[in-house]
Amino acid sequence: MIHIENLSKNYKDLQAVDQISFDINKGEILGLLGPNGAGKTTTLRMLTCFLKPTSGSIRVKDLTIANDDLAIKKLMGYLPESAPLYKDMLVYDYLEYIANIRGVEPDARLTHIKELAQLCGLTNVMHKPIDELSKGYKQRVGLAHAMMNDPEILVLDEPTSGLDPNQIVEIREIIRKIGKEKTIILSTHILSEAEATCDRIVIINRGKIVADGSTESLKQADGQATVLKVTLEDADRGAAEDKLRAVEGVEAVHIAENVQGGLDVKLTCDAKKATRHKVYACIKGTDWVLSEFVLETQTLETIFRNLTQEK
Amino acid sequence: MKQALHIFKKEFSGYFISPIAYIVIAIFLVVTGWFFFTTFFLYNQASLRNFFSLLPLIFSFVIPAVTMRLFSEELNVGSYELLLTMPVTFQDVILGKFMACIAFIAAMLLPTVSYPILVSVMGDLDWGPVLGGYLGALLLGSAFAAVGLFASSLTRNQIVAFIVATAICFSLTLIDKMLFFLPQSLLGVMAYLGAGYHFQTISRGIIDSRDIIYFFSVAFVGLYAANLSMQEKY
Repeated sequence: MIHIENLSKNYKDLQAVDQISFDINKGEILGLLGPNGAGKTTTLRMLTCFLKPTSGSIRVKDLTIANDDLAIKKLMGYLPESAPLYKDMLVYDYLEYIANIRGVEPDARLTHIKELAQLCGLTNVMHKPIDELSKGYKQRVGLAHAMMNDPEILVLDEPTSGLDPNQIVEIREIIRKIGKEKTIILSTHILSEAEATCDRIVIINRGKIVADGSTESLKQADGQATVLKVTLEDADRGAAEDKLRAVEGVEAVHIAENVQGGLDVKLTCDAKKATRHKVYACIKGTDWVLSEFVLETQTLETIFRNLTQEK
Repeated sequence: MKQALHIFKKEFSGYFISPIAYIVIAIFLVVTGWFFFTTFFLYNQASLRNFFSLLPLIFSFVIPAVTMRLFSEELNVGSYELLLTMPVTFQDVILGKFMACIAFIAAMLLPTVSYPILVSVMGDLDWGPVLGGYLGALLLGSAFAAVGLFASSLTRNQIVAFIVATAICFSLTLIDKMLFFLPQSLLGVMAYLGAGYHFQTISRGIIDSRDIIYFFSVAFVGLYAANLSMQEKY
């Protein structure tokens, strides 16, 4: 649906986005992740035809941003970071103005605005000036703005920043609800959010793509070494350490005594299934009581830190 | 063009949502009314020449106050990003805002129509110069509004926009009154550049194509420069 190729953007001497390429498929919810200043917003701004790329191309369906920007803008809905709205307009007046510019049919306008207000939970604040709304409500007005033209592609720049936990859950629900029919691209630096809402994640750092894939595939790709968490009872610490270290494939053993008098063992080993079998066989051969045997998966946090931290 | 009309509607009603419109109109009416009527009975003439001769000077600081927020506020708040990611072009935006300014100036001039009506009751008023004067006032207002739009597109600070626009408008107004400082060879050119000079002829009731072309070209240059300065930003 969207094809981005070798996209770059320079601000004077700063290279904000550096030769990135990726495709976005129809119906996908794509999360653009990265630390502050990684180039997320710049990428989204180029995608929405607000900024002109220094080089590279973006194709949406058969349209290119260089030639058909008006047609592309018609397909897209965009919620910029911190939803910059006209402060002294009333919510209803604002939405009506957007409906006019978006070319909503005059007959359908009122019902359409009402539906959107319902979806975004704005019904109670329609008569208030935007300036008087709380951050969460402003964000919802921004979301209603973005969905005014019933866009095929929805671009959301940090849609949940600055919201309280309840509002975050609500906005996520809205996103998932719309995401069933539409292509959504959202940027965030909150990893749990990306994990909860996105089908696919692209991590960028310093203007470059450092990872691209579904959450599961990212976790697996990074998981060269896995951590096996084992809890043993009635075991001698020294003997356990020696025995487990001797198992083929185990790289490190870390043992701590827990409050119940058992042993919490953390084994760093390779990701092969056979290694886990061997560990189990080793424990089985003793008279220790095995009360827990868990494969600790890599969290997105660790992957993100590994990929984006300076080395 | 349809988009420009929507933007026009929003900007024009925007003036009357905030107190700015009422303040500017009130100041404009007080200043013009006071200057006009304090000398009106001394001259003892049934004409509006004094009123119109004041307009370029008063417009030089009133119109920048009308235009200063048009782009600066959008740049400051960031709402420009929302506006430009909708299917509108730079031309739509600039044209819509420009038309809103002209409509506002017309609304501001409307109450002053009571002056010629009042004067015509008291004496034998020649309506030709009055109509010419109002046409000239609209043309002058549009030219200054274009300058103001350009100044507003330069900065996100409304005060800076106001000062820049006032400086340009004042120079255009005063340039033909400063001619005696200039060498002979430049006189013709500089006199032609002055807004005051063109406004005077038109407010005498003489509608000369040269004056109309002058105002149109100032407006065009202002709008074009605003367009360039906005495109340069993104």
